[in-house]
Amino acid sequence: MRNICFYFQIHLPFRLKRYRFFEIGKDHYYYDDFQTGDRIRNVVEQSYLTANRTIAEMIRSSNGKFRCAFSISGVTLEQLEQYAPEVIDSFKELAKTGSVEFLAEPYAHSLSSVFDATEFERQVKMHTDKIEALFGKRPTALFNAELIYSDEIGELVSKMGYKTIMIDEAKHVLGWKSPNYVYSHSYAPKLKLLVRNHKLSDDIAFRFSSLSLSAENFISWISNLPEDENVINLGMGYEVFGITQPAYTGIFEFMKALPYHAMEQKISFALPSEITKKNESAGALSVPYPISWVGNDKDMTPWTGNDLQQEALNKLYAVGERVRMCSDKPLLLDWLILQSTDHFRYMSHKDPYGTNYESAYEAFTNYMNILADFLERVDSQYPSSIENEELNELLKTINQQESEIERLEDEVKKLKVRKAKKEE
Amino acid sequence: MKALMFGWEFPPHILGGLGTASYGLTKGMAMQEDMKITFVIPKPHGDEDQSFLKIIGACNVPVVWKENSWDYVNQRVGSQMHPDEYFWLRDGIKYDFTRIYTNDLGCIDFSGRYPDNLIEEISNYEAVASVLAHQMDFDIIHSHDWLTYPAGVFAKQISGKPLVIHVHATDFDRSRGQVNPTVYGIEKRGMDAADHIMTVSELTRKIVIEKYFQDPRKVTTVHNAVEPLPHIDSFIKTPHKTKIVTFLGRITMQKGPEYFVEAAYHVLQKTKDVRFVMAGSGDMMNAMIDLVAKRGIADRFHFTGFLKGNQVHEMLAVSDAYIMPSVSEPFGISPLEAMQVGTPTIISKQSGCAEILTHAIKTDYWDIDAMADAIYSIVKNPAMFESLSKLGLDEVNNIRWQDAGLKVRAIYESVM
Repeated sequence: MRNICFYFQIHLPFRLKRYRFFEIGKDHYYYDDFQTGDRIRNVVEQSYLTANRTIAEMIRSSNGKFRCAFSISGVTLEQLEQYAPEVIDSFKELAKTGSVEFLAEPYAHSLSSVFDATEFERQVKMHTDKIEALFGKRPTALFNAELIYSDEIGELVSKMGYKTIMIDEAKHVLGWKSPNYVYSHSYAPKLKLLVRNHKLSDDIAFRFSSLSLSAENFISWISNLPEDENVINLGMGYEVFGITQPAYTGIFEFMKALPYHAMEQKISFALPSEITKKNESAGALSVPYPISWVGNDKDMTPWTGNDLQQEALNKLYAVGERVRMCSDKPLLLDWLILQSTDHFRYMSHKDPYGTNYESAYEAFTNYMNILADFLERVDSQYPSSIENEELNELLKTINQQESEIERLEDEVKKLKVRKAKKEE
Repeated sequence: MKALMFGWEFPPHILGGLGTASYGLTKGMAMQEDMKITFVIPKPHGDEDQSFLKIIGACNVPVVWKENSWDYVNQRVGSQMHPDEYFWLRDGIKYDFTRIYTNDLGCIDFSGRYPDNLIEEISNYEAVASVLAHQMDFDIIHSHDWLTYPAGVFAKQISGKPLVIHVHATDFDRSRGQVNPTVYGIEKRGMDAADHIMTVSELTRKIVIEKYFQDPRKVTTVHNAVEPLPHIDSFIKTPHKTKIVTFLGRITMQKGPEYFVEAAYHVLQKTKDVRFVMAGSGDMMNAMIDLVAKRGIADRFHFTGFLKGNQVHEMLAVSDAYIMPSVSEPFGISPLEAMQVGTPTIISKQSGCAEILTHAIKTDYWDIDAMADAIYSIVKNPAMFESLSKLGLDEVNNIRWQDAGLKVRAIYESVM
């Protein structure tokens, strides 16, 4: 049986405020709450709420046969909790139907999978905990930020116990292979790869209105695929519904009609974790260099393509180990928010998608000013003259000193008792 | 195609950007094989580069009939033009200009500068244009800047050939809005009479449409470009600890020097590893020296006075950033020159060149905070410096006069 696997990505970064260099060391609040709030209200009203209602209705009217997955970044969940808690409630309702799966991803929607493996692990765990707390189930499938994937990342993810990871259809990886099979990691075969069908996904996400796409046509394309191509992965940003494709284009009606036409053609819907369980791998995919889901090249250049981006990322991740030793809560929160991929995307000359800056240089200048202040704060936590390893030892000693004292006191007591006994 | 151009300056003896632009544009146009350009200027010095066009000095064109022998003419103007040409042009005198003071050859003495009797020189230039229009063979008339509009208009009336005018600046730029009515009148009449108007930027185009009430269909932007530097390798950038940030240009109201001083003050509050240089001279120089002293940054702020020729490029090359906070700049070619030697530039959004540059920092001229921030970022982040320097150089190398020349050619053809 042929399955469609829908998954939607929801991520909105915290907008950084205009931060001039003379504020370095004086002002430690980096965010433009108005912009962040305004943006999220806008997306919630035009897209998320209506889309959630549509999906709830689709699940109801198909008796739970329509199924789809969501990947919501941790920083977005925090914004939703703060600015639009009704969206969280509406996702909780969806979770209750059992037809919806939530995927794991690095909490900050960061590039940590490429730059800082320890940080990646920490963030995925943070995110998984958060998803479990909110929606009651621990994810087993992972959606890395921007669908970034390489063998190395896959190995890491597999070691962390995940069975499924979503990747994009990069021509230089797949070659002649079809995305419509389940694949596996090149040397950790337990990890299954679900390849996003690039064409069909973008037909909905970017070409829906220009193609005047109808549900019947769309399903007929899928049913006309070669017979044993059983898995159609359709991944897109959730804001496709209502923003990229505004409501008047009929995108919501299109979605509502999908389950009916699919069932007519004996096509069903499945969740990523179900697909992995049901299907055997058709072969291994080797991905030596990281791929992503942006553009035609599907590479890392939107975030790491120029000197500005390299510089910012290097400076940021150089302090990762040190920051993780800190216990200052605001500092740790800033550390997360500053890692969102968006800040680096805005520094791209070619493709600064979603930017609120006038140029890459402005984005870089603003970010580096903030980062300079952040680094000063990190330095002030512990003197930078101490090496990380040494500091780690010292911290261990400090944290353990109470139990150490207790242990020693016990010993003293015992010895005293023994001594007393001897004297008797 | 034969073009008759009226200009006011031509290198190497130039006083402003007009001469540089005239040279670049004509050189770029000369790459079109069938393009013959005759360029008229008030007073040539004889050392102009005539390899790609013909230069006629208005001061050598007779406007009043005087009898002279061939030898005498040869002795007088032989170094700049052939005596036969003098006699041939003399046949083009159709009007009585004896009211104008002329010399023994019947020619007018032009200063070729911007003297106090500028308005008189402009109308004398018109007389010269009438002789040339009667005698010469050309397909189109092209006037550069307001000084030459009346000459162009007169030549058009006589010959019936189409006139295009090239707006390198308007009086609204020079005066921050307090226009001189005489100048405005000359500009307006020229624009009204022209078959097509070329502006050096969209900014100028907007002024021409809104302030001079021109039909938008008649106004086209042809952005300036920059000549490749011949001795580019002789400028070597050596990294130094104390960074240099440079302002270079006339120190006048139009160029916004006070914003540079204020931005410098901001930066120096945070770091001492920067020196600021204000190169050039102008009526606001003393006021700027006062302001620098008042802000207490005189130990880090330097004035060089007027720089000439190669000194300009040397200054730009040793700088770590170039800044042009102009309040109103029709185009502004100097940021492009800075980029040619790999110097990052900060320009005001109120400059025409901002329209075609990506790898330069753009701020509002009044936004001292943004300017200071950009300076700080360039001097503190090597990645910022490197990016702007490298990508800026690539960008500026692709802004070529021959492309501008093709646009001008298309405009010529549209009005013929």
